[in-house]
Amino acid sequence: MTATSLRVVPSAPAPARWLGRVLVIAVLVFFAVFFVLPLAWLLLAPTKSETALDGLHGELPFSFGSFGQLAENWNNLVQFQHGIIWTWLGNSVLYSGVALVLTILVTIPAGYALAMTTFKFRRLVLITTLMVMLIPNTALALPIFLELTTVHLVGTALAVILPFSFFPFGVYLAYIYFSTTMSHDLLDAARIDGAGELLVFTRIAMPLATPVIALVGFFNFVNNWNNYFLPFITQPGSRKMPVQVGLAELISNTPVFNPTNIASLTISLPQLALATLISVAPVLIVFLFSQRFLVSGLTAGATKG
Amino acid sequence: MLLLLAFGIGPMLYALYLAFTKHGSFVAFDNFIKVFGDFRFFPAVQHVAQFVAIWLASLVVLVVVLALIVHAVRVRWVSATTRFLYYIPGAFAGSASVMLWLFLLDPSVSPIAVLIKQLGFDSFITTVAQPNLPVIFTIIAFWAGAGGWIIIMYGALNTISSDVMEAARIDGAGPFKTAWYIQIPLMRKWIAYMVIVSLAAGSQLFVEPRVLSQASRGVVPKDYSLNQLAYQFAFGTQSDYNGSAAISILLLVVATGLAAIFVFRGGLFDRD
Repeated sequence: MTATSLRVVPSAPAPARWLGRVLVIAVLVFFAVFFVLPLAWLLLAPTKSETALDGLHGELPFSFGSFGQLAENWNNLVQFQHGIIWTWLGNSVLYSGVALVLTILVTIPAGYALAMTTFKFRRLVLITTLMVMLIPNTALALPIFLELTTVHLVGTALAVILPFSFFPFGVYLAYIYFSTTMSHDLLDAARIDGAGELLVFTRIAMPLATPVIALVGFFNFVNNWNNYFLPFITQPGSRKMPVQVGLAELISNTPVFNPTNIASLTISLPQLALATLISVAPVLIVFLFSQRFLVSGLTAGATKG
Repeated sequence: MLLLLAFGIGPMLYALYLAFTKHGSFVAFDNFIKVFGDFRFFPAVQHVAQFVAIWLASLVVLVVVLALIVHAVRVRWVSATTRFLYYIPGAFAGSASVMLWLFLLDPSVSPIAVLIKQLGFDSFITTVAQPNLPVIFTIIAFWAGAGGWIIIMYGALNTISSDVMEAARIDGAGPFKTAWYIQIPLMRKWIAYMVIVSLAAGSQLFVEPRVLSQASRGVVPKDYSLNQLAYQFAFGTQSDYNGSAAISILLLVVATGLAAIFVFRGGLFDRD
C-alpha cells in the first residue's frame, strides 16, 4: 500500500476536520504551557529581589530582573551557613557517584549471568529481580533504615551508597539487552579459541554492552540524585545531607514559610528558587543532552528489544 | 545478587521480624493491632487512597489522550518538541518539584496567582488546606511524572504496525474510532503497567506532604500519609521501630502484591 492510494479514502468533511485540528492544537499547547510555564518562571525568579517577586509594584511574573540581583542572590545563598550548599552538593556527588560505579559493576555482570548462562535457581532470581524492580524504592526505605540501624551503619556514607547501588531495574535492562542482542555463537567461538569465562565477559560482552551501560548509569544517577526519603532518614545532621534533602531544610530558614526563625542570615524566596535550580542542575543538564537516547531507553525498559 | 539479598530481601525479612516482635520477643499481631488502633492510622489510609484515586484517574485518561494526540501529529519536529517539553519536568522529581510548586501555590509570589485567587484561595495557607491536598499532590506528581509515561505510551503506539492502522483507515474508521477500537486495546498492557507502578508508588506518598508540612508549619499535618506516620513512629517521641516496621510491612505487602500480579499475570515482561 503506497501513500498515494491513501488519499482516495474518504475522510471527514472539511469543517469538522478543521475543528478537530484546532482542538488538538489547543490541547497540546495547553499542556505544553502547563509543563513549561513553571520552569520558565523558576528560571527567571532568581534574577529578582524579594520585593520584585511578589509583583506588588507592577512587576510582571515573567520579566527578567537583573544580573546584579542574580549575583546578590547567589552570594547570599553561597554564604548561607558558610557555604553549606556546596557541602550538600558534594555529598550528592559522592553518594550518587560512588553508587553509580558500584551499580554498573554489579548490574551488568548480573544481567549477563542471567541472560547468557544457566545456573540453579536462575528463574527464581529473575522473578525476584522483576518483583523487587516493581516495588517503589520508598517502600523499602524504612526497612532498609531499620536494617542499617542494627548493623550500625546509619550516619555513614555507606548507608546511602549501598542501597543506592541496589538497582534491579538495571539488572533487568542488562538482562534484556544481553538476551536480545548477544549471540551465543559468538561467545562459544571465543570459548573454543581458549578464552576463559572471565575473558569472554570482559573482552567480548562488555565492549558490546556500552549502550546499556550508559542507560543503566543514566537511570541510576537520576534516581539517586533525586531520592529523598532514604538519605533523609539515614543521614541525620545537616552536614551529611545530599542537596535534595538540604533543599527542604532551607525552607525552615525562609522567613516567609517560617516566621519564627530568628537566625540573622536567612534565605529569601528568590534565593530558594535559585537553590532549587542548582539542586537539579546536574540532572537537568543530563536530560537536555541525552533526550533522544533517553526516549529510546524509556521504551526499551518496558519492551523487549 | 548480593545487593539484591542485602537490600531487597534482607530489609523485608528484618522488617517482618521487627513487625512481629517487641524487645526481641514474639508478640504475634500486637504491633499491627496497635498501629490499627492508632487514631492517625485510618485518616492516613484515607488520605493516601484519595490521592491515589484522583492521581490514577487523571494519569490514565490524560496520558493516554495526550500520547494519542502527540502520536497523531504528522509534523516530525512538532511531535518531538512536544514530547521533549512534556518530559523535561521529570528532572525535578523529588523535593525539587515540591519546592517549585510551593512558589506556584503561594498567591503572593505565584505567576498564576490570578488563577488561584479566582478559585477563592488568597493565601498559601488556605491554598494548602486539607481538602485540597489530594488534588495538589496529583498536580505535582502529574507535572513531574506524566511526561515519562507519555513517552512510554508513544513508544507503545509506535509498535502498532502501520498495516493495521492503514486497514482501519481504509475501512473508514476516523481517528476517534481508530483510537478506541485499535490503539487503546493494543496499549492495554502498557496502561496496566502504568497503573500498577503508579498505584504502588502512590501508596508510598512521602516527600510531597513532608515538604509541604514543613513549609506550612503543620497546616499540612506531619502524619498525613502512611509513610509519614511510619516515620513518626520511628523518629517521633515514641521511637517505636516495631510499630514503624508494621506499617512498612503493610505498605510492602501492597507493593509486592501489585508487583506479583503484574509479573505473573501481566505478561508484559518476558520471563522465559
